Amino acid sequence: MTMNTARIRRAVLPATALLSLAVLGWLALVVAPPDAVQGDAQRLMYLHVPVAWLAYLAYGVTALASLLYLLPRTRRRRWDLLAGASAEVGVVFTALTILDGSLWARPVWGIWWTWDARLVTTAVLLFLYLGYLALRRVPGTFEGRARRSAVVALIAFADVPVVHLSVIWWRTLHQQPTVLNPEFDPQIHGVMALTLLWGVVAFTVLYAALLGQRYRLASAEAEQDERLLRLALELPAATPLRTEPEPVR
Amino acid sequence: MAAPTGSLEAPPPLRERAGRGRGPAGRRADQRLSLLRSAALIAAKDLRIEARSRVATSQVLPFGGIVLLLAAFAIDPGRAALAGVAPGMFWTAVLLAAVLAAGRSAQLEVAGGTGDGLRLSWLDPGGVFLGKVAAIFVELLLLEAALLAVLIAVYGFRVSHPLLLLASAVSATAGISSVGVLYGAVAAALRTRETLLPLLALPVLTPEALGGTQAWTAVQQADPGDGLRWLQLLTLFACVLLSAGIAAYGALLEEE
Repeated sequence: MTMNTARIRRAVLPATALLSLAVLGWLALVVAPPDAVQGDAQRLMYLHVPVAWLAYLAYGVTALASLLYLLPRTRRRRWDLLAGASAEVGVVFTALTILDGSLWARPVWGIWWTWDARLVTTAVLLFLYLGYLALRRVPGTFEGRARRSAVVALIAFADVPVVHLSVIWWRTLHQQPTVLNPEFDPQIHGVMALTLLWGVVAFTVLYAALLGQRYRLASAEAEQDERLLRLALELPAATPLRTEPEPVR
Repeated sequence: MAAPTGSLEAPPPLRERAGRGRGPAGRRADQRLSLLRSAALIAAKDLRIEARSRVATSQVLPFGGIVLLLAAFAIDPGRAALAGVAPGMFWTAVLLAAVLAAGRSAQLEVAGGTGDGLRLSWLDPGGVFLGKVAAIFVELLLLEAALLAVLIAVYGFRVSHPLLLLASAVSATAGISSVGVLYGAVAAALRTRETLLPLLALPVLTPEALGGTQAWTAVQQADPGDGLRWLQLLTLFACVLLSAGIAAYGALLEEE
């Protein structure tokens, strides 16, 4: 495969993502009717729901890749790189979820933030994975970092359901049901449903594109580290450095 | 590390011992110390170090106390308002102090090459985890007893259900200690551990903060109904964290 075809192949996913996002913009802002109660503010839902959904997916991918790294038989460095790349996209999407949710809440609920169970869980989720990313940035050996990060990613993932349960109890046991109903109108218009569905598709493609880019960058960084190490040790370029963890017999 | 005699003679590295029953020649795998025996040795070692160095009593405990006092200054109003927020302030202080205790506990296994000693020893990694949890657990319970006295004196906290108070403190502290030891081990060898450990551990401990606070709020009331439910959640979470720690700690002990 020549350099050019490789480049073209790499551009396919980001280009598809941009195109589907443009279509989503058109569907959400032009085609879909304004909400009967919330008016135009409701259009933020086409951004909010897919982004939140993909954040969860991203963390799921991180947990799965971390598990594969920790299991001796499947321990490969690519799982660690994938886990890190997915968590980065997940953190961006989680922050975006909180941000656009807040923007929507201001006109509709009259407030930027409320102590609703889902909001609190999402905020905790953001901090959990900010910690994970901070841990990944600490310098050290590849294997040590990968192992530490994998353990933290799995604990964080297992923590989320318990956090969610405790926050739900917290808000339902000691507080009158909030007057602010976070549900959107269940009688959803056909075009609205289609737009929302398209939003999920578009953001899934965007997630895949970002994940691919970030993964390639992380691989390139790892390779560069290795090249510099070889240079520093004055080893010929062909000398194999231990790039894969030793298989456990 | 205080050497448990008779069990540390030239064992193979951890990785070779990972496959059970496949020790090197002349060494049977069952000679590895059991989970509970390892835990007892490590817990005794950590508690002995604490008893001699008195870091927990001279530094961590006063820190917890000053957090409680500062919170009272920040809220200011009369005692009635303070009693309402007392459980929340208490568990916030405990969590912050626990992060300090956990960092200190993990540091014991890094300084002076003790980590290598642990790796070379015949101790069960899960047992090492349990032992360190047990030691922090004891330290934190003592800290909580002292802070409870402050809570009653300064915040006007009333204890209507001592059993619920004790049970929820035990469950919450078991969970907090597990997270502290696990994340302490994650951060111990890193240069930025002081700043990293709180960022990693505190979000995971959200259920402990909520559950402990709600259970202790119920302790003050005539009807402890909700408190029992929170106690169940705390117990469940502690079990999950303890099992996860026993399973994962070995991976963190592996040498880099």
